[in-house]
Amino acid sequence: MFDFLITFIPRAVAQGIPLLYGCTGEIVTEKSGNLNLGIPGVMYVGGISGVIGSFLYERSLADPSQINPALGILIPLLCCVVGSLLMGLIYCFLTVTLRANQNVTGLALTTFGIGLGNFFGGSLIKLTGADIPSISLTATSNLFRTTLPFAESTGWFGQLFFSYGFLAYAAILIAIGASFFLNRTRLGLQLRAVGEDPATADAAGISITRYKYVATCVGCVIAGLGGLYFVMDYANGIWSNDAFGDRGWLAIALVIFTVWRPGASIPASILFGGLYILHLFIPTGTDLAVKELYKMLPYVVTIIVLIVISTRNKRENQPPEHLGLPYFREDR
Amino acid sequence: MHDKQPAISMRNISKSFGPIQANSNVSLDINRGEILALLGENGSGKTTLMNMLSGIYFPDSGTIEIEGKPVVIGSPKDAFSYGIGMIHQHFKLVNVFTATENIVLGLKDQGKYDLKESAKKIKQICDDYGFDVDPDQKIYDMSVSQKQTVEIVKLLYRGAEILILDEPTAVLTPQETDKLFAVLRNMRDDGKTIIIITHKLNEVKDISDRVVVLRKGEYVGEMVTAEASTQEMTNMMVGRQVSLNIDRPDPEMKYRMERIRVKNLTVKNREGVTKLDNVTFSAYTGEILGIAGISGSGQKELLEAIAGLQPVESGTIEYNVDDEQVEQLIGMDPLKIANMGVILSFVPEDRLGMGLVGSMDLTDNMMLRSFRRGNSPLADRKEPRHLAELVVEELEVSTPGVDTPVSKLSGGNVQKILVGREIAAAPTVLLSAYAVRGLDVNSSYLIYDLLNRQKGNGVAVIYVGEDLDVLLELCDRILVLCGGKVSGIVDGRTTTKNEVGLMMTKLGGGEDQ
Repeated sequence: MFDFLITFIPRAVAQGIPLLYGCTGEIVTEKSGNLNLGIPGVMYVGGISGVIGSFLYERSLADPSQINPALGILIPLLCCVVGSLLMGLIYCFLTVTLRANQNVTGLALTTFGIGLGNFFGGSLIKLTGADIPSISLTATSNLFRTTLPFAESTGWFGQLFFSYGFLAYAAILIAIGASFFLNRTRLGLQLRAVGEDPATADAAGISITRYKYVATCVGCVIAGLGGLYFVMDYANGIWSNDAFGDRGWLAIALVIFTVWRPGASIPASILFGGLYILHLFIPTGTDLAVKELYKMLPYVVTIIVLIVISTRNKRENQPPEHLGLPYFREDR
Repeated sequence: MHDKQPAISMRNISKSFGPIQANSNVSLDINRGEILALLGENGSGKTTLMNMLSGIYFPDSGTIEIEGKPVVIGSPKDAFSYGIGMIHQHFKLVNVFTATENIVLGLKDQGKYDLKESAKKIKQICDDYGFDVDPDQKIYDMSVSQKQTVEIVKLLYRGAEILILDEPTAVLTPQETDKLFAVLRNMRDDGKTIIIITHKLNEVKDISDRVVVLRKGEYVGEMVTAEASTQEMTNMMVGRQVSLNIDRPDPEMKYRMERIRVKNLTVKNREGVTKLDNVTFSAYTGEILGIAGISGSGQKELLEAIAGLQPVESGTIEYNVDDEQVEQLIGMDPLKIANMGVILSFVPEDRLGMGLVGSMDLTDNMMLRSFRRGNSPLADRKEPRHLAELVVEELEVSTPGVDTPVSKLSGGNVQKILVGREIAAAPTVLLSAYAVRGLDVNSSYLIYDLLNRQKGNGVAVIYVGEDLDVLLELCDRILVLCGGKVSGIVDGRTTTKNEVGLMMTKLGGGEDQ
């Protein structure tokens, strides 16, 4: 049993980190009253942007194994940030400035993001001229997957806690930081006020537009990093179209699961990561149909949690009151 | 007090919204350390005037001086820099935040963000003035009066010297009102200036030092409260008006029967405030029963209770189908009540909130009443369209056509469509609230005519109105509500405006308590 946990937990964590990024990003966004259903698209774009950056960088080198570690990390990171930031700006411009419907805009952004990712992914695959429909960025991936030096020597403890790339620790730090920001700072209080009751916040002299823009864009950047982590760390630097799957939607489900608390999203995303891969560890023999049923687990849990939360009618556990609604001062 | 320079003086202030003159040439002095009551009927421009002081609106003309220096107040922030803060009827508080979080929201304090420190400061303010606020309580857990207190503390926390309260007692119980008045007096004794907007005479008497009366957007006079009687204030507030001549045919006594009998009706709203208290009355066929009262005295709840839209605490509402058959309306499905012929035509403040769907055109809105008819799965559009055309023609609705969404029409026209549709349903009881609100004289007369025609057809009309003159000339009997209680039922032909006015403000219309 212990051995099983030692192999299972690190995989659950690795599986949960992209969800954690997406979930934290979406919580920060939703606290400003913007319901960004474009998160799956944003994470996709974050991933492909990083891939494009590192692909071009690796190709410019004569020998990819001689990669400059600083550039090898910074280039994909920067590309990822810019790509997801642009997605956030599109979303904000449409929903905040033009007051378009948030649901429709978000869904369009998801479709767009996935299409964009597959388009560039496909193009890059053509460029490599390989037979397999994927891109392999081994050199960059090795940089992203560098673990702490003492991970190997500390046995099971190192396995559990030190065996991850730096983006995994960053995800946890960002989630803790977001939690602190929302609950312990004046800006966090004001951001929550914007999402709860923009008219009141407006009357208190808080710029609704600015807070919505900044929160949504920062949220998108955080979510985009999840896409980058998935390609560079989890998938060993191998991009193939549609490999990211439905993790973006799972991240949005996590937001509800954690009732809008970034702190709670750390264990929750690891739990979901575990549920996501549990079917690989449950011996089902040759009966593949049963395996497919186990794949439903994260979604079944989400539905159960939704039901439980909606019956427990506590005010703090509700979404921000003005979530999904546009704000227009003269609308009163 | 009067020999000193006034803290604020407003000079010749005018403000209009489109063609409506909300304030014209109002001049007004506010002294430091007094409680000033701003008295006037609905729509007399009290709130508009104060909104100009608090920076919500900007005056079209006129000047505002603070301590003798002319100032420009362009935003609530500007107003605040002069120490002016206003508490609106709709509170601006975030529900899931604590009192403290709401109070410090948006403040650009120097130093560390420390809610505990702020909570201490709030406690201090509360102790100074006798407020009862728990800084850590969430807003959604609070009663209306506690929320109001938080709003007042919010202003004091930010150092307001002049506080404007817009009808602060409208939502309070009498006990809460007493408590509020006690702290307001404390604040006055501490040198703060308080302006309270109200149309309740007893409150004016109770709390204010001085009273300024507005009527139809104009300043009509001021009095030192201690030297004025309720009668004088009523006279000044209501004023003399050009008499309207509205037809009032005598009810057909031949067919007269009791149609609706309300007995001991008690209704509480969601906050648990009693809105109707032991109301008993009857409405007869072929007469117009007017309901008079200060707004929010329970008129809306009364009509909604009859129409089956309002949960009732206790009491009965009986509907006489004919001499033998009696139906109990309480607990009955609103649709069933409507099918029996009890029709509610309620014109709410936002006009489109109830009764009409703004984005649908005239025909579709007519269909809201008729779409259930017939057995065909397809709705009949011909008849509603015909009805829409009829209403447009009969009531002189100005619209490009019956295919125009009603939200595109002006308020008066929207009202005509609503009233026209309800009347076309051939009711036996017509409940009409504020049917002429916002209508010009001509349209109002059309509506009065319509109501009279219904009366002639033997319909029991219940008419809730704001304008006393109209009630006196149109209604056969007038039921006066005061704070949810029946203050009395008078004959529209013999009563006087003074009598009704006094009954509106005091139970039974007795002289000063």
